[in-house]
Parts: sequence; C-alpha cells; structure tokens
Amino acid sequence: MNSPSVPADSPAPAAWEELVTAALLGTDRRTPPGSAPGREAPVALLDTAAVETVRRRAGLKPARAAQRPRPAPEDPRPALPPAAARRLAMLLADRPGGGGGRRGTAPDLMELLPQWLATANDRGFAPPPETLPALLDAARGRTDLRPAALTFAGPRAVWLARLNPDWRFALRATPGGGASLPHLDDPAEVQQLWQEGLFAERVALLSAIRSRGPAAARELLTTTWATERAEDRLMFLDSLRTGLGPDDEAFLEQALADRSRNVRATAAELLSALPGSALAARMAVRAAACVALDHTRDVPTITVEAPHECDAGMERDGVVAKAPAGRGERSWWFGQLVEAAPLGTWPGRLGGRTPGEIVALPVGDDWQGELHAAWCRAAVRQRDGEWARALLGSPAAPEAGGPGAVSLAERAKLLGTLGPAERAEWVAGFIATHGLSEAFQLLGVCAVPWSGPLGRAVVDALNIARDAGSYPWSFSGVMGLAERCLDPAEASRLDGLLAVPDEPEDASPGAGGYWAEAFQRLVTTLRLRAAMLDELEIPSPSGV
Amino acid sequence: MTQQGVRWTADQVLAMAPDAASRKAGSKLGAAGPWSEAGSTDEGTVWGLCKGSGSKPYQTVIDIADAAGPAYKCSCPSRKFPCKHALGLLLLWAGGEGSVPPAPPPDWAEQWIKGRRQRAEDKRTAGASGSSTASGDPEAARRRAERRAVRVTAGATELEQRLADLLRGGLAGAEQAGYGLWEETAARMVDAQAPGLAARVRELGAIPASGPGWPVRLLEECALIHLLDQGWLRRERLPDALSDTVRSRIGLPASADGPPVRDRWLVLAQYDTADVKLTTRRIWLYGADSGRTALLLSYGAAGRAPELALPVGLALEAEVVAYPGAGQLRAALGEQFAPPEPTAIRPPGVTTAEATARYGEALRDDPWLDSVPVTLDRVVPTPDGDSWQLADADSDTALPLTPAARARPGLWHLVALSGGEPVKVFGECGHRGFTPLTAWPEGEGKAVRLC
Repeated sequence: MNSPSVPADSPAPAAWEELVTAALLGTDRRTPPGSAPGREAPVALLDTAAVETVRRRAGLKPARAAQRPRPAPEDPRPALPPAAARRLAMLLADRPGGGGGRRGTAPDLMELLPQWLATANDRGFAPPPETLPALLDAARGRTDLRPAALTFAGPRAVWLARLNPDWRFALRATPGGGASLPHLDDPAEVQQLWQEGLFAERVALLSAIRSRGPAAARELLTTTWATERAEDRLMFLDSLRTGLGPDDEAFLEQALADRSRNVRATAAELLSALPGSALAARMAVRAAACVALDHTRDVPTITVEAPHECDAGMERDGVVAKAPAGRGERSWWFGQLVEAAPLGTWPGRLGGRTPGEIVALPVGDDWQGELHAAWCRAAVRQRDGEWARALLGSPAAPEAGGPGAVSLAERAKLLGTLGPAERAEWVAGFIATHGLSEAFQLLGVCAVPWSGPLGRAVVDALNIARDAGSYPWSFSGVMGLAERCLDPAEASRLDGLLAVPDEPEDASPGAGGYWAEAFQRLVTTLRLRAAMLDELEIPSPSGV
Repeated sequence: MTQQGVRWTADQVLAMAPDAASRKAGSKLGAAGPWSEAGSTDEGTVWGLCKGSGSKPYQTVIDIADAAGPAYKCSCPSRKFPCKHALGLLLLWAGGEGSVPPAPPPDWAEQWIKGRRQRAEDKRTAGASGSSTASGDPEAARRRAERRAVRVTAGATELEQRLADLLRGGLAGAEQAGYGLWEETAARMVDAQAPGLAARVRELGAIPASGPGWPVRLLEECALIHLLDQGWLRRERLPDALSDTVRSRIGLPASADGPPVRDRWLVLAQYDTADVKLTTRRIWLYGADSGRTALLLSYGAAGRAPELALPVGLALEAEVVAYPGAGQLRAALGEQFAPPEPTAIRPPGVTTAEATARYGEALRDDPWLDSVPVTLDRVVPTPDGDSWQLADADSDTALPLTPAARARPGLWHLVALSGGEPVKVFGECGHRGFTPLTAWPEGEGKAVRLC
C-alpha cells in the first residue's frame, strides 16, 4: 500500500482487490468484476480501475500519529547574530576533498572552522537549529573538531543524534551518553554514576570533580581503587595530572606497588613531578651519585658515571630496567634517573651554579647529549621555566637551528613551560636568525593569534624566502599556520607583498607569481578571520 | 529604496548557484582577497575585477534590480550560470563588509547595464504595442494545430490498444517484459507529439522494479493513462476547463493567458529536478493578498541551471499570469515591480486532515494530480518505524513523508528545526505522502529550505 492510509470510506476494498488480481492475471484468464456489457473486457477493467483509482486517492485520510518524540531540552544560550549564522553556514558548506593541486588565492574555509567554533563557544552562542545536521556531519568527519563542534551544537544536537544512527558518535563523545553530568554537589547522584556508570562516564565524572576539588576526586577514586581493572586504574590515575599536588603523594606512593607495570610507571612519573616527594628525593640521591664536577681539568667539567645496575628500589620507583633496542642499558637507566630527579638538586651538587651556568659547563666523555636531554625532560615535567630558559639558550645562538644537543621537538616542549609572551619572543628571535625551515614545530606551540613581533618575524622571513627566489610551497606548512594564526590586524601590513615582483635571474621560474598568489590568500584569509570575529561580537543592546 | 533594503543574505545568493560545485567555488571567492575595484550603486548594480589564473582579471557585473530577475555578465570562460565569480561577488556584497563600496560604475560595467536596460525597455514597448505579431499567421497556426491533433489522436488510439493488450495478457507479464517495451511505446508517443503521454509511459517502465505493491501502482497508472487517452478522444464533450487540463496533461503547448494578478508573492520553495536532457525548476509562490498559490516552471539544458531564480523566504511585488486548465496552478511571472525583499509573511496553514481533503477536492478538477501544495500548521516531525511522518500537534493524525523526502538531507534540517516542537511546513501533499519543502519555526525565525 503506497497511500498515506487506507481510505476510510472506500465502499468495497474487496472489489479493488479483485480488480488488481484480474489485471495481474489478464482478462483472458480472469473476468474482471463489474464488467459493463458491450465493453471489451480489458477496456472495461481500465474504466473501472480509473474510477477506483481516483476514488481511492480522493478518499485519502491522514494516518494515525505515531508516538511523538520528546522535545529537545532547552538551549539557554543566545542565538547567533545573523551575519555569524550565515558565516557558519558558509564555513560548513565548504567540504574538504575538492580536487588537490595548487591552492590558488582562495582561503581554505574548513581550516577556519576550528577558530570560528572556539570563538563562538567563548562567547556562549547557540547555533541555529537547522545547522545542526551539518555541524554533526563535520564533527563526524573530523575528530579534531569534535569537542568544539559538539560543545557548540549543544543539547539539541544530542537529542538529534538519538534519532540518526550516523550521529551515534555524539552520544559517546558527550559525557554521560548525552545526559549531562549529575549535579556534582549531590553526593548520592555522584556515587550512583561512579558505581554504575559506563567507563567513559566515570572518567568524565572523575575529571569534572578533579578540576573542582582535587582531594574529592582522589577520595572518590580511593573508594573503589582496589576493585578496578588495570586499564581503568591507568586512566583514572592519569586524571590526577590535573591539579597534581603534594596531597596526592601518599596515594601515588601506594600505587607504586601496583600489580600493573603501566600503573606503577605512571605513578612514578606523577611523583617525580612533585619535587618535594619522597620518590623525588630518592631519585635525587641516585642521580646525584652519577654526576660530579671534575676540578682537576683546565675548566671545571661535569663527569658522568652511569649506574652499573638497576636495583629493585629503582625499579619500584618506576625506572624501566629493559632498555629499548639499540640503547645502552647504563645510559638508559641514567637518563631515567636524571629525568625524575628534582632540578633543584643540581645547583647544590654542582658548586652553587645557576641553571644557565650549569648548562654551559662542558660534559666529559660524550655524555652531554644524554644529560641535557634528560634535563629537558625534567624541565618539561616539572614545568621549570628557569631550567627551560637555560636549556633553550639564546634563540640567536648558532647551534639553535642545527643538530645541537637539544632537538627541535624538545625545544618545542621546553617553550611550553614559558609564558606566551616569552615563548613568542624566543621563536621570533629564532626565526630572525635561522629562517623558517626549522620553525614549524616551534610555531605550533605559540599562542594564537601570534604576538606582533612574532607575526612580523614570520612575514619578514617569508619575504626573504621570496626574495631568495624559492617556491612558496616549500613554506606551505608555515603559510598555512600563518593563515590561521597571524593577527588579522596585520592584514594591511601585507599589502605591499601582493604585487608580482620582477624575477631575479637566479630565481625559480614563475615563483614571483606564486608568491603573490600565496600572499593574496594569506591576506584574504586574514580579512575573513577579522570579519568572522566581528560578526561574533555580542550585539550592543541599543542596536547598531 | 536604499541599498540596504535589497541587500541579500548569503543564503539567497547561494540559492542562485547552478550546482554544489559552483556554490563551493563561489563561497571561496566571497572574500575580499581576489577582488579589486569592486563597487555598487544604490540602483542595484554590483561589479568588480577578480584575479584568476591569467594575467587579465575577469570583469564581473551583476544587475540585481532588473525587474526580470538578476542578470549577470562575466568575462570568464565558464559555462555555468551564474558563474562562481558572479556568486563570489554577490557574497562579498551580501557580506556588507565595506568591500563593495558605493561608487560610480566603471565604463565596462555601465555599458553593459545600459545596453541591457535599453533592450528590456525596447522589449516592453514592443510587447505593449503589437503582441499579435508574435503568433504569426492565425490561419497557418490553426492548420498546424489541427495536424498535430490528428497525430495525437493516432498516438492515443495506439496507446489504448497497447494498454488493452497488456491487460488482456496480465500485468504479471509486464514484469518480465522489462523496460524495453515501455521505452519503445514512449518513443511512439514522442513521434505522436504527445510528450505528456510519453513521460507517463516512460514512468510505467520503472514501476515493476519499485518494490512491494507494484501491481497496484502499475494498475493505477495504466488506468490514469487510459483516462487521459479517453479524455483526449472525447475532448469535445468535456467542459472547456477540463478539456484544457487534458490538453496540458497530454503535453500540448499553451500560453499563459489568464488575467494578470498583481500581488506580493512570497517565494515558498524552489527546487530542481533533472534528467539527461533537461533541468526543470519549480518555484512555488504564495500571494499575500490574494491567498493564491502559483507554480512557476522554468527549464535549463542538462547541467545548466534555469535562469529564473527566486530565493526562498523573500517576497516580490509582481504580476503572475495563469496557464489555462481547471485546477492548474501553473503560472508565468509577468512584470516585476520591485526586486525580492526579505519579508515576515508566512502562508496560513491547515491541519493534516484538511490537507488530504484539499488533495481530494483538487482531483475533481484534475484527476491526474499527484499532489497539491499545502502548508501544514503545527506539525511535529515524528519517527514512525523506518519512516517519518508529520503529526498534528493538537490531534492524533499524521501524514507520512514520501520515500523521496525521507532520503533527503532536508529531513534532518526539518527535524533539527523542530526539536520535537510544532513547526509550520510547506510542501506537496498527495497519494504518495507529504514532501516537505520549506519550514518555519513556531516563534520568530526565517524560512528554512528543505529541498
């Protein structure tokens, strides 16, 4: 039956059924009902069927209503300003996957979506409901977008996801399977979710409580710790990273004796990030025993005597005994000891020197790489800005760009311990000296939008690269970052770079035009970002 | 009128795009970067230079204020219409970021605009002075129509014979006969200059493969073709209006000759359907003062969008002229007095029971109608097993969605818009179910396109 419903007042459904049967079998085999005499049988059948068809259609009535869905929960956030709503629709309409090739002058709108979502979330707007399907599709396709997209999409998206299997992920990705977390102030609700919830719900609950009160989360965890599975213990333990403090030491010390090696290692790592912990003190003793200052040489020199064995105490404190393939056991153990020892140990051990002076000391017998790398890891783990600064050195130092003791990856992590302004300043200095070819990783840790000096350093370096005659796609990574991270206010400063320059003789053919195109896209994207942010301004109550 | 008043939204601009690829390409160009010397006038002209891959930038100019709908010109080689540059420039203008400042038009833009307006003016005066010249010699036209009627009669008679043969042997045989039988019959109807019959016959071919219940559908459609054949063969005995309806269903040409109705026409929906040769665009209008609903049809060659484009949710002051035929909603757009503007008008709605009753009544004038345009008030999109329905918020009745509507992304826009609360929905209601085309939220809020 293809009709909305059976016609209620159809006089004779049986007659219609007979008609269909006769039509199916053929009038040669079956005489149709109600044949008027004098009409050929097939024609008579068609006559009757035509009347019946129109009668059936004209007699259609609505069907019974099915169980209506429960209305979506209220979204209390204010609606997006109209211009921002249009922008969102446009950003969402720009699906990736339109043939590769040269990027041309047009901005990559999809790349702007994360920034748009972050700003909209900051300002607390609600999406227009009809954009929810596109938002959910975007979140489905790109896991990196997912948290921001789902936050922005809000409660109605979760309601919608229940109705469409394609969007199930939104139920999993939202804490509590779509239901919001219980009131954290209600101990009964918290206890119930902690006891009965799914693993993801429990992790979300623990994290939420931890960020409000570290002790409460630890106490909740203690109640069930002994009965949790090893994988779950690992994840729960990991949530203690947030708000880690001296109060956690007793719990972590106890976890050092855990049955699971991964749990033990994580507990040790967390303890070593607490410089005042007993574990840190034990590691300090061990590490200090390996490092000494040799005054007998012309200049004071650090000497290293790596441990000869990994004893049970070391293993209990998280030192992994078995070295990975290709690494010497002793240097492997040594690295772990130094990494876990509080950095405060070293000035006392090395003649009262500052971190800067210590890093400058020569190290005997090729141990410098191992020692500095371990200090880097310690500085990152202990978030020690002074040591990070010392290990980073001057951005303009000749070895800063080369294969020095400290790799770019380590530098990026060290930069993470510094404040945003200092970080940007260091990277700007680095780019000014070394250019852009090594800067990508370092730029990635800088705060967005880039500070004025950093942005200028990047643009100057791009300009220098252009003048040198290379192709812009050698810098496409940095270009892409610049499109997303440069302060939109810088757009007007770039105007001078939009012209196609005269080509020097030794330049790569056509490079000038490609550069003009690349800068064109940069400027276009910056303008677009400026417009995007303006549109997301909270409208003034008086209207414009 | 100020320019701000006619400035479109990005949605409206994108509604003009001939296809998804143009929409995307246009979106990317809707940023200041590649454009230079862009400007606009209060009269609704927008122009700019767009840097492309070549050395010479493309010249793009758009006349939005033209009474016959927006007109575009671009020096790019694209065959798409409007091209991505025109869309991009309109988006830039719609964005209102000051990238398209008011300015006197440059020569190249002004020449085109002036030429266009002059031609439009000439056409109008010519049309007013001597409209009879277009139809040529009335006697020759009458003879042509007679010859064609003879051929259609021959076609209808042959089709009746084929239908009788089919019913004599049984529909079960049609399943094995497959597509070829119908394709050949359809070709015979094309030869008979009865395109309406040809299209119906071609659709018969798809029914045996259309899933459970196909014999019922096949019998229904055969019976309605039979009814149309018989209507044609006895057209002299039909009332004039029904006879006109039969002629239009057969596919004979007619011209819109009803009295012009001037109104504020709300654009309810615009959607395209395409086959290998032709893109058909349907635009539903609702007259705010007359309460009438009218359908504009326009056509484009395969892959090209028809030129007429009216953004959903806007209203335009214009004359609309009906085509002949009882219960026929098709009309032609006559003179436009102002470009489309945003409006708060919404069509009044009915219940689901009233909607089916309206379809039933419409069949009295035109038994071949598949559906009628209807606005439903206060309905809730409701899942019903694997399917969906629109359920009245205030009673226990509902209209199931058509299979086509269930497969469209617009369904999810509708469900998201509703959030389980009642919405107002315009669409097509018929024996296959309801196809939603546009929806409005219960409170304030603009029209949301679902197609």
